[in-house]
Order: sequence, then structure tokens, then C-alpha cells
Amino acid sequence: MAQKLNYLKQTPSQTAGPYVHIGLAPGAAGFDIYDTELGQDIAGPNAAGTRIRVEGLVIDGTGSPIKDVMLEVWQANAQGIYAHPENAGTVEDGFRGWGRVITDFDTGEWGFDTVKPGPVPGRGGTLQAPHLSLWIVARGINMGLNTRIYFEDEAEANATDPVLNTIEWERRRATLIATRSERDGLPVYRFDIQLQGQDETVFFDI
Amino acid sequence: MTKPPAEFYQWDRDRHPPGYTPNYKTSVARSAQYALISLENTVSEVTGPRFGHGDIDPMDRDLLHNYAADGQSAMGERIILHGRVLDENARPIPNTLVEIWQANAGGRYRHKKDGYLAPIDPNFGGCGRTLTDEDGYYYFRTVKPGAYPWRNRVNDWRPAHIHLSIFGTAFAQRLITQCYFEGDPLIARCPIVQSIPDPDAIDQLTAVLDMNATIPLDTIAYRFDIVLRGRRSTLFENRLEGN
Repeated sequence: MAQKLNYLKQTPSQTAGPYVHIGLAPGAAGFDIYDTELGQDIAGPNAAGTRIRVEGLVIDGTGSPIKDVMLEVWQANAQGIYAHPENAGTVEDGFRGWGRVITDFDTGEWGFDTVKPGPVPGRGGTLQAPHLSLWIVARGINMGLNTRIYFEDEAEANATDPVLNTIEWERRRATLIATRSERDGLPVYRFDIQLQGQDETVFFDI
Repeated sequence: MTKPPAEFYQWDRDRHPPGYTPNYKTSVARSAQYALISLENTVSEVTGPRFGHGDIDPMDRDLLHNYAADGQSAMGERIILHGRVLDENARPIPNTLVEIWQANAGGRYRHKKDGYLAPIDPNFGGCGRTLTDEDGYYYFRTVKPGAYPWRNRVNDWRPAHIHLSIFGTAFAQRLITQCYFEGDPLIARCPIVQSIPDPDAIDQLTAVLDMNATIPLDTIAYRFDIVLRGRRSTLFENRLEGN
């Protein structure tokens, strides 16, 4: 017998269930309990850069939008700096880089307002194209799903992005590119997430 | 600050439930069909949101009172749920946000989509949040939740459980899970619990009665430790957090 490794084992994931809002967005569940719900303001009023809106649906394997999803977003500021002590540099006062949204109970639409992130360093001296990291939980999802949102109008940076380029099937890379339109003079990026099937969104094991 | 941030050990996918677990019916149409794409950690994954005492109120951890009228408290078996948040290297994860939510003692959620006939407790909201201390320790006061029926198979009932959301130090550690209670005969019958293939991993989600932490004549205690992904160390580096 060899010696035993004494690492602890990871606590297993479980679904967030249909009532995730009670804990993480109680206002949506139908009651006020906290003075401030966390995750409502991603960039804060002082953040530099282009104000954008990002929105979409989460669609299941039958083609139906699902209406009990919670999404969390994590992003760098317009200079490509994360609000985290291990990231060199400072962010604007009030810039958190993290947000939490839930889908509308009737339509399944979700959306958040933020600033467009700058490029951030990749591995081995590369540069990553501007992107938002996304984490998706819901009833029926046993473990949170990680994906990334890239931007249609960053075609040049996307073409050399080291993460997009690890996806062997070039056709699948398109599932990570949000499409751009304008509303009231502000850029709106559309990002529908397909959980299953032919046009399934790429999910990452991060 | 100028050192390259350390990477995390990979997700132990044998320990977590797979996406497709057909006895839990909703997972059938909500599970990915293609394999996950492995992404080696970059700064986008090894960083994550941080929270401070300005974000939450100390009362947020006390579900007996955080939604109760003055002088009232929630109805049910009064419990302390406590433990530590550690990583796989058994290092504590300090100052991390832990959020919980649960049904009341009768198995009814305070949620506009829950139509179960058991009544709402007017003095119980069902959510709480706290930051771990310097040793990674957390605690909540609450009531033990009741079992409740759900539309899966005709006669499926969830065991008593509390949902937990834990951040860790990085987006790569983000976790939502559920804690069950020692000895509950519904655990073995629940398709959500049984989505986890490893019986030892199910045991890890089962809080244990902790008489030493019980407050005599007041509140009974359950212990629930949480383990998030560990990080590689680079020799001769000494990191304060995560490592």
C-alpha cells in the first residue's frame, strides 16, 4: 500500500432549484428582507468606458425559454482590470465587476447594464478579447454552467482570442458571440443561451 | 501582486452530479449534450467578487428573527447551522460570502411560485447571509426546514434541506449546493440527492448533529463543513489567501 493523499474532497454541487430567488433575489420571490440585494450594480456610476446593455434568453432542449434561471456575470473594467486583490492595478470607485440577474417569470428575458470590458491578459503572454464570464444556475441544472460572452464588433480581437481558438469546432465558436444592435443610442448585445441540442452554447470546464 | 495568480485544481467531476440525471426529470431538457470545453485558468477565472461587512447586516445570519415581527421569532425546531469553508488543501477561506435559503418548518417556501398547501410562517422569511471569519468559520440561526412534495414522480418528497451558495475567492470556485440532515430517510429516496453518483459525496452533504455546539435549553446544532477547490502552490511562495 502506498501512502494516502490527504487532500479534502470537494463539496458536491446540487441544483439551485426553482426557488433560488428566495435566497439570492428575495425581491423577485415576493418579499423585502435586505436593505440591499447584492449584484444589482455591476459597474457603478464612476466606471469609464462604453455603457452597454446585454440581454437574452436561456432556452432548453425543447426550444422553450426557461423562466427560473439565475445568471451571474464577472468582468474586467474598460482598462481590462478585475476588481480583485490579485489583479495589478485599480478599478474605479464603485466598480465591482460582478452582477446577478434573474430571468423574467413570464417571458424568460434577462438583461443587465454595465460597461464594455477591455481586453485582459491570457496565458503565455497572449491577450484575450473583451469578454464577460457567465455562470448559470437553475432548476434542472445540477451544477452551474460556465460560459463567456464575446462581442460581435470585436471581430479582430476575437479572431486571435486564445480561448475561442481552443474550440476545435469553428462553427461552435459563434455561439459565444453576442450580436450588436442599438436602442436609444446605446449598444445592446443579444446573447441567447441554448442549453442543449444542435446549436448548443459552448460551456467550459474552468 | 505582480506574481502570476495560482491555478485551481480541476473540478472533480466524478464527485459532482452529471448534467443528465433522468430520474430528476427537469434535468433531461436542461443538460448539455456536448462535452464541456476545458479552459485552463486565466485571470478571468482565478479572480472573483469580494464582499465586505458593508454589504450585509450582522442580523442577516439570524433567520429566527431577520423577518420576524418585534418580539416574535420563527416557528419550528430552533437550530444552529455552522461549520467552516475550507479548500482541498484544508486551508480556511476567510471573508467569503455564504448565502442560504430554505422552506419553513412545514416545508413551505416564501415564494410566489410555491403553491404547497402548508401555511406560510408570518415570522419567517427563509433567507440569510454571512461572511466567514478569519478561520473560515460561519454560522446561522434558523429553524429546521420541513420536507415538501414536488412534481417529479407522483409521490416524490424532498428531504429537509437548506440551499447554500458559496463564493470562495475566485469565479472558478463558485458553488451552489444543498445540505441535508443526518438520519433523514428521505435522503436515499430523493432523485436530486441521488444525482450524485458517489455515496461518500452524498454523506458530505449531510450535516451532522453537533451536541457540543448546542445551546442547552435553547437551540440544537448541526455541523456542515464546505470544501471548495484548492490551488496549486508554487514552492517558496507564501500566499495569504487561497494559495
